[in-house]
Amino acid sequence: MKLSRIIANTGEWLSGAGPHDQIVVSSRVRLARNLKGKPFPGWSKKAERVAVLEEVRTAVEQLPEMEESFSEKLDDLSALEKQVLVERHLISREHAAKGAGSAVVMNTSQTLSFMINEEDHLRMQAIRAGLQLDQVFAMINQADSELEDTLDFAFHNDLGYLTACPTNVGTGMRASAMIHLPGLVMSEQVNKIINSVNKIGLAVRGLHGEGTEAMGNLFQVSNQTTLGETEEEIIGRLNKVIFQILEHEQNARQILLQQRAETLLDQIGRAYGILCHAHSITSKEALNLLSFIKMGVDLGLFPSNNRLHVDELFIETQPAHLQKGLQVRKLGAEERDSLRAALIRAKLNQMAEPEIGKIPTNGSSTPSTSNTSETSEES
Amino acid sequence: MFCDVCKSKEATVFLTQIVEGKMQKVNLCEGCSKEKGVNDPTGFALADLLLGLGAAQEIDKNPAGNRCPVCGFSQADFKKTGRLGCSACYDAFAEGLSGMLKNMHRGSVHTGKVPAKLRVGRLRNKELTELQASLQKAVQEEQFEEAATLRDRIRKLEEESHAETAPEQEPSAEVNRIASLAQSPGTAETAQTLGVPKPRKNS
Repeated sequence: MKLSRIIANTGEWLSGAGPHDQIVVSSRVRLARNLKGKPFPGWSKKAERVAVLEEVRTAVEQLPEMEESFSEKLDDLSALEKQVLVERHLISREHAAKGAGSAVVMNTSQTLSFMINEEDHLRMQAIRAGLQLDQVFAMINQADSELEDTLDFAFHNDLGYLTACPTNVGTGMRASAMIHLPGLVMSEQVNKIINSVNKIGLAVRGLHGEGTEAMGNLFQVSNQTTLGETEEEIIGRLNKVIFQILEHEQNARQILLQQRAETLLDQIGRAYGILCHAHSITSKEALNLLSFIKMGVDLGLFPSNNRLHVDELFIETQPAHLQKGLQVRKLGAEERDSLRAALIRAKLNQMAEPEIGKIPTNGSSTPSTSNTSETSEES
Repeated sequence: MFCDVCKSKEATVFLTQIVEGKMQKVNLCEGCSKEKGVNDPTGFALADLLLGLGAAQEIDKNPAGNRCPVCGFSQADFKKTGRLGCSACYDAFAEGLSGMLKNMHRGSVHTGKVPAKLRVGRLRNKELTELQASLQKAVQEEQFEEAATLRDRIRKLEEESHAETAPEQEPSAEVNRIASLAQSPGTAETAQTLGVPKPRKNS
């Protein structure tokens, strides 16, 4: 399978439906594994890495769930292609920087992805739309159990799965959810939430994980610790916290509607105005404004069949996605900004004009997911 | 405010350290801070940044040599990268790591998934340990019939274990323990009548 086919389709976590998918964009679980008796990638010679790559890649490609898959060595991918995969959260930024001796294998629906020789010999993840950490864990756990038949993973009697970094030892699992919190940001409660979540051993990070900025009011909540609890306990704890954040976000939106409706409508209206008429826009500004449009869809200000268009813009306006259709050359920042603005204008003009002006009475930011199924079907 | 060292220039670097529970504040001017290595980025270990302050010191405590015997990875490498070299590093640097892991995680023993290949063995070992304890108790309480049943179950489990896994397993520690039981005064006779097995070599 060719990467162009993967790139042409947005992937299930973006276009698919899932529980609470208005606020929880996606759920992801990754497992870190290493082969017994082989030095970790960061400490091995190229020949050793290549040998590990061959062994692991063969095993992964033979998995029944990877029958329809894309598999490529990192040094056979262009910088742009790698960046597209990073923007889709299919490989990490660190993995994109790797060359010889590393590879990526993913299925066509882009729900499963395997990074070979990242920081560990194998990092495998499952990602899906909405809040469904249990299901996502079941998917990747299944793949892991199947791989055990052919691969001998480094496992310590007391410490569990051994990883290059001691912060991952034990389960080797990082479970995370990407959540959209414009209500908490607008009402200036988000830092309070982040601090209290950090206190209980969970991490809140920006859009692309560790050390990245929170753009478009998108945050990643994940477990910080991997040793001393079972996978199910970690996910249970995470689920509980995410449900609480979800509730706070819904309350924040309701309070904004009741007490600061004018400000809220003003923000959404301005965002719509700028996005419809801008001729040059950075990806950061675009994300931050799109966040208001997304909230506007949640609140019923825009016809709900626009949800997918808006969600797609979050990804399509990222630098590499903007350029993926153009085979010619790399664009400069200014050219990207005007291309981005044109793309957004075109997409928003397809949408019916919103009725921003009347305060929605029955804001759809209730916990129910009733109106998500119809909106999330393939367009 | 003047520099605590040269006492002549204006202090611009304010260092707060906690040493043995006491907070110490040092105010330095730019020149003196450079001289003392406060501004030196290499003096600030990456392991500390990644794993929390004190991580680099923790691993320094490890007395057993500076390098992993399997992959040659050194403590200095760990300080620099915050990553280990291979699986054996976890044993080579176990002492320094244990404190760090305790601070970093919610427990110090893995309780999650175990590869299927090792699962049977781990369960069997757990059962064996429990049976050993019961056997010891039964012998002490002179419950000979129960002890005989327990002994048979232990034998059966050990045979399974030898048949399946074990090329690298220690010559059954359980058997050794029973043998030592047999040698202790008072129970020797009982053990003998029970026919407790003698230590045997791995097949």
